[in-house]
Amino acid sequence: MYRIISIGILVLTAALVAVGTVHSSDMAPAKSPDGAVRALYEHAKGRDFKGAFKYVSSSSNTDEQAFVRDMGGRDGSLRTYSNLQNVDTRILHQDDNAAMVRATAEWSTAVGAFFDTRDLKVVNEDGQWKVEWPVEKQAKVPPQVIPVNYLRWDVITRGNDDDWGAQNVEAPRVRIVSMNAIEREGGTIVMGEIENEDTVPAFVAVNATLKGKTGNVIAEESSFDKISHTLLPKEISPFRIDFPKVKLSSVKSVSMQPNSMLVAASADPVIGVLNQHVDKDLRGKPVLKGELINESGQTVNIPHVLATYYDGSGKVVWVSDGYVDQALEPQTPTPFSVGLQQDIAKNVQNYRVTVNQYSLDRTQ
Amino acid sequence: MIRKLLLSTMVVAGCWFAASAANAQGLQVPKTQPAGQELRISGVNGTAYVFGPATAFKAKANGELVITSDQLRAAGMYTVVSDGNSGTFFVVADKASNVAFLARPSRVATAKTGVISGTGFVLDKFNNLVMQPTPVKFSLAVPGTPAETRSETSKNGVAFVRMDSGKKSGAAQFVAAVDDTEVRRVVTQTAADPCNIRFKAEPSKDGIHVVTDPIKDCSGNAVPDGTIVTFTETDQKGRSTVDARIKKGFAEAELPNEGSANLSVASGVVIGNEIHWGGK
Repeated sequence: MYRIISIGILVLTAALVAVGTVHSSDMAPAKSPDGAVRALYEHAKGRDFKGAFKYVSSSSNTDEQAFVRDMGGRDGSLRTYSNLQNVDTRILHQDDNAAMVRATAEWSTAVGAFFDTRDLKVVNEDGQWKVEWPVEKQAKVPPQVIPVNYLRWDVITRGNDDDWGAQNVEAPRVRIVSMNAIEREGGTIVMGEIENEDTVPAFVAVNATLKGKTGNVIAEESSFDKISHTLLPKEISPFRIDFPKVKLSSVKSVSMQPNSMLVAASADPVIGVLNQHVDKDLRGKPVLKGELINESGQTVNIPHVLATYYDGSGKVVWVSDGYVDQALEPQTPTPFSVGLQQDIAKNVQNYRVTVNQYSLDRTQ
Repeated sequence: MIRKLLLSTMVVAGCWFAASAANAQGLQVPKTQPAGQELRISGVNGTAYVFGPATAFKAKANGELVITSDQLRAAGMYTVVSDGNSGTFFVVADKASNVAFLARPSRVATAKTGVISGTGFVLDKFNNLVMQPTPVKFSLAVPGTPAETRSETSKNGVAFVRMDSGKKSGAAQFVAAVDDTEVRRVVTQTAADPCNIRFKAEPSKDGIHVVTDPIKDCSGNAVPDGTIVTFTETDQKGRSTVDARIKKGFAEAELPNEGSANLSVASGVVIGNEIHWGGK
């Protein structure tokens, strides 16, 4: 019996040694700059951030914790709910000691694919290529008390035992203040802006119905997440409704239906949008960039940026949106960028950015 | 199925019988009878059947049929059948003593013409609709202001009024009264769009502190707290916007200080003044 146990332990030890050997071969030094970047991302894909950090150059001045936070996300941000699907690398230039590699990582999230493009410097350290990982140092907000005394709206609705004539609180008045329909990539896109004209918060949704030449309904669709659903009094949100594969020429009329519902809401948090400007991203495509600043005292986990673009006459020519994969720490500027089509960018004379937010600690 | 058919046939036959009996020979019944009052019909012997709105019952009579006040609460046509004789009478509503009041809307902007409507249904104490013309007094007032009062006479039991919203914001008490009975509804009168927005800017530790004057509508009512006011700064780095909320009557925000900049303010579709900040 003891002999069998001893043999078993020996076999197990040999197996573990073999596994350990295979594992160390995974950590094989990268022989090329793009190989180092790919290896780093491959380990991150398996959520082996410790293994990924082995491909980070010591000259990055980055500790492992900061790297893990940067790569895997933190504070309930969108990145923490994401999985790395794919990474595409391209060497921009290379010499014996250093190279520049462009890495485009595709993260899958609950709100769709999220692309993160970085130009990474890769250095040759004693025959091994390692990545200089630039972790952005976030300004640390000093300990303080931030008084938050914004309004909150609660709603008491009609009860069963109320007098039958007692009226219920009415739905907020909302109005579509502008609308435009365009054809793009073989489909019809209806966009515009909706305003909560009332003095109470509104949960809004916009539905559009396309009608053909004989008055027949061609398609119906709603704005889904291309809108800020909760609007405070006098707040304006853009909306965009996509009808893929419906030619604009086949549409005779568009029927818009703004729906509103009275909801409990909070006027907090206030998110400022700083230094908005149209720029080009690393691939040379136009983007609307800027910084978000959370002026409240609580973390905003998932910010959602909605941008409205206007032409010279003030007409809405495009609405785009984008999620930010970092959480908004209180009082800390966080960069954002929203994609903009090249042909639309040349007609844009003005733009407006609004921010929608999802926070774990807030129910309203 | 057959049971239902039989039942329907019996009901039709019963109605036919009642109608033909009424035509055949009449009992001495009054033409009308106030609701909730006892009725005595003489010359009735044996079993009598009484049909009325949402009611049917039988009663024993010995020379006089007594229908109690409880049995005559609902207004409408009643038929009494007894021993091949019949009679028909109407129970009419008692005097007006209640009003069912519908007020619309629950929330309205100040100083708007004809936006508040009130509908009063005049009822007696048994909730019968009182068809006789009855004066209904409507009054609308925000606490601290004189009430706007209107008296309307009901037609076919319904009185209707349309009123303007007042100039002062607040929870307006909308009251419909019949005699001593009052029914109260609340119509919240809210400030309209801001009349004009003015703001000022001053340097602060973290940038530019912008703050509006108290924001009011054209009637002088404070625009409700929580209303969005957008501050915009345009400088060489781009544009910065903060959607501030009105708090205690005014809105304020911090904008980055990038030297020369144009500052502006808006709420909804109302635009305020502009300030040129810094520079030459």
